[in-house]
Amino acid sequence: MQRYSGFGLLKHSLTHHENWQRTWRNPTPKKEYDVVIIGGGGHGLATAYYLAKEHGITNVAVIEKGYLGGGNTARNTTIVRSNYLWDESAHLYEHAMKLWEGLSQDLNYNVMFSQRGVLNLGHTLQDMRDIERRVNANRLNGIDGEVLDPQQIKEIVPHMDCSDNTRYPILGASWQPRGGVARHDAVAWGFARGADSFGVDLIQETEVTDLIIEDGTITGVKTNRYGDIKAGRVGCVVAGNSSVLAKKAGFELPLESHPLQALVSEPIKPILDTVVMSNHVHGYVSQSDKGDLVIGAGIDGYTGYGQRGSYPTIEHTVQAIVELFPVFSRVRMNRQWGGIVDTCPDACPIISKTPVKNLFFNCGWGTGGFKATPGAGNVFAASLATGEMHPLAEPFSMFRFHDGALIDEHGAAGVAH
Amino acid sequence: MFHIYCPHCAEYREEEEFHAAGQAHIARPLDPEACSDKEWGEYMFFRKNPRGIHHELWVHAAGCRKFFNITRDTQSYEIKEVYKIGEKPSVVAE
Repeated sequence: MQRYSGFGLLKHSLTHHENWQRTWRNPTPKKEYDVVIIGGGGHGLATAYYLAKEHGITNVAVIEKGYLGGGNTARNTTIVRSNYLWDESAHLYEHAMKLWEGLSQDLNYNVMFSQRGVLNLGHTLQDMRDIERRVNANRLNGIDGEVLDPQQIKEIVPHMDCSDNTRYPILGASWQPRGGVARHDAVAWGFARGADSFGVDLIQETEVTDLIIEDGTITGVKTNRYGDIKAGRVGCVVAGNSSVLAKKAGFELPLESHPLQALVSEPIKPILDTVVMSNHVHGYVSQSDKGDLVIGAGIDGYTGYGQRGSYPTIEHTVQAIVELFPVFSRVRMNRQWGGIVDTCPDACPIISKTPVKNLFFNCGWGTGGFKATPGAGNVFAASLATGEMHPLAEPFSMFRFHDGALIDEHGAAGVAH
Repeated sequence: MFHIYCPHCAEYREEEEFHAAGQAHIARPLDPEACSDKEWGEYMFFRKNPRGIHHELWVHAAGCRKFFNITRDTQSYEIKEVYKIGEKPSVVAE
C-alpha cells in the first residue's frame, strides 16, 4: 500500500498527481474464503480490516450489492459520542471512541475526526434528572461528561436561544467534550483501503441472493454475479436489510426497518463549532467543514425500505432546530435524504450468533450505528475470528429478547445520533 | 406523504393524523403463563419486517382514534388496501 504523507503529496505534485495508486483493487472473487462479510458499509469494512490486522485472517471477502459505503454510512449525520447510560453499551461505545481517537493514524487515512464536543440538552426537570444520572453513570465508567447550566451552554453556543422566553426553555445539558464528528465517507474508504492492503477482496455491485445452509450450518453464499462462494464463517452486516437476509436463513429478528431522514443547508460561514442535540424538542444539528448545517431527528413511524420518508418528519425536525436557533430560520435547505435503519425494541444493537451455526449478525444499530463503526467492527471481527462472541459483544446477543436481559437505552439513544 | 383512507371515518386524510402501530395480526398467546421464554419473547419482540407486502396496524390518532389495518408495500410505499380489525387482507405476498 502506498502510504499517504506530506512528502508523498510533494512527490506526486511533480508528476501532476497522475500516478497515485488506486485506493483498492477491484478483484474477481475466489471460490472459497475463510470469512465472507455481507455488506460493505463502515461496519463491514471495519470488520474486514480488524480481521486481517488483529487476527491475521486475510482470506476474507466483503460482498456489497452497491458500492462501498453507499448505504447508511453515507447517509448519517456523522456524530460520534459514547455517553450511554448502561454499562454494557457504555463499554461498547467507549471502546469505539478510543479507536476513533487513533483511527486516522492507524489507517494512514484522514477520517477528519473532530472532537468538538456534544451537547445533549434538557428542557424539563425529568430531562435534567436523567442527564445527571447519565453523566454520573458515564463518569463511573471512565467516560468524560459534565452537567452544564444554561449560562455555561450559552458560553459554548452563543447563538442558541438559552433564554426563558421559549416554549421549551433550556434548563441544562450534558456535555461530552471528547464527542464530535467524523467524515463518514472517509471512514468507509479508510477501512476499505486498509482491508484491501492486507489482501481482503472487496466485491462490489454483487448481491447475495441466498445463503447456503446444510444441516443447520452455513457453508457459503449465492451471488447474482459470481455464483456460489464458499465460506467458513459468514458475518452479516446489512443494517436495514437484516430481516430480509435472516428470513433467507430461516429465522426472524426483533427488528423493524424504518426510514430515517436527514438534511443539510446551503453552506454558511462558521457559526456552530460543536454538536447540539435535543431529545425533547427532537432534533440535532452540527456544522460540517464545508459550512452546511447537518440536521437530523427521529425516524418515520412506519416500516419501510424505500430510503425516503415523509414530509411531516422533516417539518418537525426543522421546527425543532428553529426553536433552538431562531437565527437559522432563514437558512435555506439544500439536500434531504433518507436511509433505512434497523431499530431494535431496546434501542441497542445485536452483535450475535444466530440459530444457524457459523452465521453471525451485526445489526439493529437503529439510528446510531455510525459512532460505533470502529468498535463494532473490532468486536465483530474478534467474534468471527474465534467463533465465540467478544466479551463486549456478549450482552448484545439476539437471544436477550428471549431471556429478557434487555439493555434499555431509550433514554440515551431514543432520538439523538 | 401518505393519503390514508380511514375505514371508520370513510374519508381520506393526511398521514399526520395517523400513527403506525407496527405489524398486524399478532395474536396474544391464549395462556401466557404456559409460554416458554422463547415463545413469549417472539410474541413480544420478533417481527416479520418484510421488504414488500406488509400487513400493519394503524390508528387514526388525531381523528376517530380507532385502529384498522393497512396492506402496504414497504419498498414502493404503495397502500394496497385498508381493512377493519377482524377482517382478512385480500392482498397477500406470494
